[in-house]
Amino acid sequence: MSQKVLLSTKEINIILHRLACQLLENHEDFKDTVLIGIQPRGIFVAQRLAKILQEEYKVKHIDLGFLDITFYRDDFRRGEKTLEATKTKINFLVEDKKVVLIDDVLYTGRSINAALTALQSFGRPKEVELLTLIDRRFSRHLPIQPNYRGRQVDAINNEKVKVMWKENDGEDVIYLINR
Amino acid sequence: MSELSVNHLLGIKYLNESDIQLIFETADHFKEVINRSIKKVPSLRDITIANIFFENSTRTKLSFELAEKRLSADVLNFSASQSSVKKGETLIDTVNNILSMKVDMVVMRHPNPGAGIFLSRHVSASIINAGDGAHEHPTQALLDSYSIRERLGDVAGKNVVIVGDILHSRVALSNIFALKLQGANVKVCGPKTLIPKHIESLGVGVELNLRKALEWCDVANMLRIQNERLDINYFPTTREYTQQFGVSKKLLDSLDKEIVIMHPGPINRGVEITSDVADSKQSIILNQVENGVAIRMAVIYLLASKIKQ
Repeated sequence: MSQKVLLSTKEINIILHRLACQLLENHEDFKDTVLIGIQPRGIFVAQRLAKILQEEYKVKHIDLGFLDITFYRDDFRRGEKTLEATKTKINFLVEDKKVVLIDDVLYTGRSINAALTALQSFGRPKEVELLTLIDRRFSRHLPIQPNYRGRQVDAINNEKVKVMWKENDGEDVIYLINR
Repeated sequence: MSELSVNHLLGIKYLNESDIQLIFETADHFKEVINRSIKKVPSLRDITIANIFFENSTRTKLSFELAEKRLSADVLNFSASQSSVKKGETLIDTVNNILSMKVDMVVMRHPNPGAGIFLSRHVSASIINAGDGAHEHPTQALLDSYSIRERLGDVAGKNVVIVGDILHSRVALSNIFALKLQGANVKVCGPKTLIPKHIESLGVGVELNLRKALEWCDVANMLRIQNERLDINYFPTTREYTQQFGVSKKLLDSLDKEIVIMHPGPINRGVEITSDVADSKQSIILNQVENGVAIRMAVIYLLASKIKQ
């Protein structure tokens, strides 16, 4: 197993600021927009973006939610392990709102597919966009593409992208791991 | 640890502490789901579940059926009163016939203790015991503990008294196993004739005086007198039972602390508890019913994830 650094702390920080600016460009004051981080790892990206938007770009109020997709996944009983759920926390209605779904790595697109189904339980959004920090090219199983992407990566199948966050893993860094 | 240690839920006796914690944590997520405007998830869309009830039930059957539907499972309902059981078919034959219709899981209530265990040895489906005679009623005990955890924060270290007909009660036995497993202190209270001999060997205390029992406890779980199971007279009259073991608002108010009142239902109002107690804010009887759906969703989800494709 070998690993190399795909993005350093500094690069991640620059990319997050760029993504925040892109969001700002399309959503201005975030009055009709909600950010939803996909559990378990998309929530870190979502929290960081919300923080940058509020603290550095003075957006007054951002609705930030966390969505667990465990019960909507299409691989129930297909793997060896029981799928373990995490917390869903959406304290607002998505009815008629612009939703930005946020995840760390876009790979097969199946998680996003599950997230789109799960989102329906919270109302009918006006539109849904997708933001992902890492977009793994050529590995999609479904016709799903991000509206905002941090970095596009050509990773082959036995490679894994691992995103680490300071609040969880001690350091902001993204590795490409060869198994 | 994200998997149950068992393939069937036959009784609390067969679970360990981390199984119970896993069920509770999963139930927390499902409780959030059933409080959304759209209360359904698609997890079990390729699972078929048969509810086989050889004994009457309203609450448990409805609760299981709702839990199954909320998980998007296909549901078959079967009650013995309208079936070939009346024509002399054996239990294994009945269930095997149902299973040949490609059913993955069976939820069964049966008047004979051990019916679920017997069945699990002879058929391939995953079995959930929804009550077997006077033996166990595991999902009821799980939802009772879950409701205590919700109200008081934790089950460990709490004093719980189970009042009423302990002798014929599967709810009592399952509750004793579940509460002891989680580190609660348990006492039983009721007429001496309705308390099984040697119950102390399960690690529970016996208190024949209701007032003393209530003064000791944080939670009182009031059981119904199961007239249909009382083959001989265990106490002189219902009126005398109520005088000695019925809980009234007056009795509760005379205690120096506020205890939590539970009841597995159906309630005989005015016998084991009065109406004003059942409807008071100390009572969590309706929370128990709501939690029942979340707990059953969790149990079904966790067992279903162990069924191989």
